[in-house]
Amino acid sequence: MKKLYFKIENWLDERYDLKPIKEFIEHKKVPQYRGSIWYYMGGVTLFLFSIQVVTGILLLLYYKPGANSSYESVRFIMTQVKFGWLIRSIHSWSANLMVFFLFLHMFSVFFSGSYKKPRELTWVTGFLALALVLGFGFSGYLLPWDTLAFFATKVGTEIVGVVPVIGEPLKVLLRGGQDVTGATLTRFFGIHVAVLPLLIGIVLAVHLIFIQKQGMHEPESFKALPEEEKKYIPFFPDFFLKDALFWMIVFNVLLFLAVYFPWGLGLKADPLSPAPAGIRPEWYFMFMFQSLKFLPAHILFLEGELVGILFYGFAGFLWMLFPFLGIKEKKNTRVKPTTWLGILIVAFIIVMTIIGYLV
Amino acid sequence: MKKNKFILILISIFLFGTFTMKAAPDKKQNKSKNNCYTCHKQEDELPDGFSTEDVHFKLGITCADCHGGDITSNDEDVAMDEDNGFVGAPSKKETPAFCGKCHSDINYMKQYNPSIETDQVKEYYTSVHGHQLKKGNEDVATCTDCHTAHSIMKPSDPRSTVYAINVPKTCDKCHGNTDLMKKYDLPSNPYHDFAQSVHGIALLKKHDTGAPACNDCHGNHGATPPGVTSISQICGQCHVNNINYFKNSKMGKAFKDNDYHGCVECHSNHLIKPPTDDFVGVGENAVCTDCHDEGDKGYNEAKLIHKQLHTLDSLYAFAKNKIKVVEEKNMDDVDINYLLKDVNQSLVKSRTLVHTFSSKIVGKETAKGTKIVKKAIKLEDEAIHASFVRRNGFLFALLFITIIIIALYLKIREMGKSKKVKTHK
Amino acid sequence: MGVSRRKFINTLFGIGSIGSFFAFLYPVVSYLIPPKVAEVNVNSVKAGKASTFPFNSSKIVKFGREPVILIKDKENNFHADTATCTHLQCIVQFKKSTQQIWCACHNGLYTLDGRNISGPPPKPLTPMKVTVVKDEIVISKLTA
Repeated sequence: MKKLYFKIENWLDERYDLKPIKEFIEHKKVPQYRGSIWYYMGGVTLFLFSIQVVTGILLLLYYKPGANSSYESVRFIMTQVKFGWLIRSIHSWSANLMVFFLFLHMFSVFFSGSYKKPRELTWVTGFLALALVLGFGFSGYLLPWDTLAFFATKVGTEIVGVVPVIGEPLKVLLRGGQDVTGATLTRFFGIHVAVLPLLIGIVLAVHLIFIQKQGMHEPESFKALPEEEKKYIPFFPDFFLKDALFWMIVFNVLLFLAVYFPWGLGLKADPLSPAPAGIRPEWYFMFMFQSLKFLPAHILFLEGELVGILFYGFAGFLWMLFPFLGIKEKKNTRVKPTTWLGILIVAFIIVMTIIGYLV
Repeated sequence: MKKNKFILILISIFLFGTFTMKAAPDKKQNKSKNNCYTCHKQEDELPDGFSTEDVHFKLGITCADCHGGDITSNDEDVAMDEDNGFVGAPSKKETPAFCGKCHSDINYMKQYNPSIETDQVKEYYTSVHGHQLKKGNEDVATCTDCHTAHSIMKPSDPRSTVYAINVPKTCDKCHGNTDLMKKYDLPSNPYHDFAQSVHGIALLKKHDTGAPACNDCHGNHGATPPGVTSISQICGQCHVNNINYFKNSKMGKAFKDNDYHGCVECHSNHLIKPPTDDFVGVGENAVCTDCHDEGDKGYNEAKLIHKQLHTLDSLYAFAKNKIKVVEEKNMDDVDINYLLKDVNQSLVKSRTLVHTFSSKIVGKETAKGTKIVKKAIKLEDEAIHASFVRRNGFLFALLFITIIIIALYLKIREMGKSKKVKTHK
Repeated sequence: MGVSRRKFINTLFGIGSIGSFFAFLYPVVSYLIPPKVAEVNVNSVKAGKASTFPFNSSKIVKFGREPVILIKDKENNFHADTATCTHLQCIVQFKKSTQQIWCACHNGLYTLDGRNISGPPPKPLTPMKVTVVKDEIVISKLTA
């Protein structure tokens, strides 16, 4: 086995000079300290994303977009295609797990200050990836064309329409018309399987290139250690194996969820019927949805909902540019102000999400 | 100057007068104008319930065409002069002939509808209403009581008093009048009963015009209280199989011999409730025990038939509940649904076969149905079982993945140990 | 000892990998193999051989979720219509004596093209297209 491997390696080396790659792989190292478990989060997200790609392509073979065929084809996949139920359940669950680990990744990067110079653009590309992933979630959710999907999309795109000036044309552009119809479905399908994959491919490539070039961020406490006490492990094979271990555990959890809590399919969407009681968005949008509900009808001269949406838009924008904001750090404080900010945001998200489900 | 002005005024008046006078004679000579209607409308003296949607009015048939008189005159005395043919409103006894003037004349009617019937009056006199009217009894319905006088619309027009859905209410005007009905020893609750019956609900609530209204069983113009044989035949117009099985059964012959009322005996005439399986048998709600006592052959047959139906029905309900579980688990239910459709057909057939009053015949059909429903239940069980088997597949994959996890963990630990060994050196 | 331990771990790793690979491969390959009913919405259904279909008879054929009645009349022409009566959803039958479609529940009658001509049915049955391709009867939707 090993002989064959070396044979192939030499063959390629003669033609493409694998030395730089080999050196890079052999020298890439990862700091080892108490908090280094957070280093796995990005990798897991990427792993789950690749599962999405594979299951997504498999679903593409049988899914038929269109008001008269989307629902039926999903039902077909779930009941007639062998293991179709499994592929579909994995796709739905993995999407949710991916968003979950993405949030863990983002906040662990935030709390560890990894976004600071020289990694500002890594943060920005990461934020863009987050936006694209949420776009994947929103567009994919409509594709089964069941009641829940239909009304979630209706409400979601309605919110977009509230934004002044650009909101209404943007809403029409998204919906492929004034209302959510079969045109919306095919549009979202195109976005979900072509536009977003292309964009996220580019963004992720750039994000990963930046990381490879700059290496892993080391927290202050680690940097302050004397050279001999800094523990590193080589990426390959040590960290890679640990990564693989974590991925396997996550994969197991994913399979368990897909098999024991299979993703259901409601009734086919009926655009003419009224919205069922208790419709709500996916959990990762819940905090925004719930917080908007709390706003009063009017704030000053603006509609409450509009203020909320503009606030989130603006907050998102600031969040993307956070590394450039240059928040001054006070010396000799036990907890940095940015940490407080982070805790506040996480708490807000968690509390709003919980309330959203309790109501 | 004054003189000239005066002459000018006189000439103007003269000219004005001539012109207006010229107009008046034209009015008088206009024959197409329905003066009766105009005048009565102006005086607000149109008959009660007068509608411009009336079929005769719309066809251009004038008041005078029925009531006589001179339509061209707008002078009451001339228009309504008996010498000019005016007959006024007919009395009750005169009404059939009054309408029959046109409606019994095929040569007249065919210009409006070549295939219309013209024997209504003849038919009417065969009915109870007609017989009584001839005797001078004015308590009966005549043409206008059902069709109205001046808002007559085609029976196919939903606004008509004789439109299928409106017929029961129209008949109820008299047949629901307790005092009137008491005079003739007739019940006054037909409408009330009918409205609660399966036909009444279908017709009045669900607007299913396939369901019978009063006239479908009792006749229109020739309405007669039906005799024994006649109502059985009528039920059989729609309930073909039921009547055929019944006629050929022992019960059918016995009923004929004893002059019983056929279908009505068990199902009642107006208050026909949807028969449940408990209707047949020996239980509380069964009708069989009205005549059959414990021990006689009929009693035993009834008991057995009830059991056969009930068994199949319970299995069907069980299967229908189970299929919901199959759907919940997202398993394929198309074939199972087909089988259940067949079971439903079998149940309908079995219940119809009750009218053979033979447990042998009913049992044959319920046996068929039971076979199908058992097959369906088997498929349902298989589908539900398959959904659980999926979990076993998972455990299989889990086993191998766990092995990898253990292997990785051990490998990592081992690498860490060997590194420690190295650093110690 | 160390070598055999390493060997053990590697073997374990190998078994685990190969096992999971097949545990992964089996569902994916089964998924890719097209299922019996190849399409989502049934647009056409094969209904047997035309030459051996009994003269002047009918049979009920499954068309997706709808039963369809396939009739060969006494002039050897094929007709097909949806078989669920539009009145109260009983399954209709072929009445040979009058060459009509009949519903036993309340005596509803339809022509062989599905038109409701007598009795309670409020709407016609949906007629289907019947084509014979190489002696195989194919029933399909009219508009498809």
